[in-house]
Amino acid sequence: MSLVARHLEAHGIPTVIAGSARDIVEECGVPRFLFSDFPLGNPLGRPWGVEMQRRSLGFALDLFETATLPRTTVQNPARWSDDASWKERYARVDPEQADRLRRAGERRRAEQQRARSEGRARSD
Amino acid sequence: MTTSHRTFVSYIDRTREFYRAQGYERPYQWAHFEEVPFARLQKPLADSRLSLITTASPWHEAGHDPGSLRGSKKVWSGASSELPDRLYTDDLAWDKQATHTDDVASFLPLSHLRECAIAGRIGGLAGRFHGVPTDYSQRRTTDLDAPEILRRCREDAADLALLVPL
Repeated sequence: MSLVARHLEAHGIPTVIAGSARDIVEECGVPRFLFSDFPLGNPLGRPWGVEMQRRSLGFALDLFETATLPRTTVQNPARWSDDASWKERYARVDPEQADRLRRAGERRRAEQQRARSEGRARSD
Repeated sequence: MTTSHRTFVSYIDRTREFYRAQGYERPYQWAHFEEVPFARLQKPLADSRLSLITTASPWHEAGHDPGSLRGSKKVWSGASSELPDRLYTDDLAWDKQATHTDDVASFLPLSHLRECAIAGRIGGLAGRFHGVPTDYSQRRTTDLDAPEILRRCREDAADLALLVPL
């Protein structure tokens, strides 16, 4: 998505990204970014949290007017929850699950190989 | 207050370790640029037409081939006039333990943007919103999908774009 923002911007269309993967967006480098420290999936706010979503959108729109330089990141002041344990859990590699993950990788590679050989995957 | 590490999740670190545990030795190479383009607004926000862009897919794509790297996914567009009841997000990397995507407005703020247009905060909402596939291949995003999104934004006479990746 960051690559799309850069392309639009390079062709004269100002952009704002509203998202939660701060490191990925900032490493790519985008003009304007509203960072919400939420689990991936609901960048505007909690499901059914209409007021939270409205406020987040407002901060994103503000960025069109306030940013004067590229790489402008503003952090949404909203908190997802008092419980931040989701940050520790996401895609965390638990040593006890090492075998399961290794086997899952082997299955995935085999399936992708099958897809390639059957011409189902769009290849480079 | 103090901290010994980043307080936000580093998805680059987390993804690298996750796939290493699955036996992928060469880490994914994330896009990284020194130069960042910057376009100034040509007219006030209150007079500007905005395009909304998502990484979600139409619901009817549910059940697409799980073995394919990208499946049949391509740039798509939907009418901005109505918030879809559902969009397909299962193929995207979001936190399926911590949350869900049953409330489309939590990642596709069409209804909230319509309110902003009525209130005069933005000039208007383009007639369509657009979807862009999240692709392992940065080349395909850069060479195929980004130019197609630009073409559609221009066709819709959009002045600005709000991109909301899941």
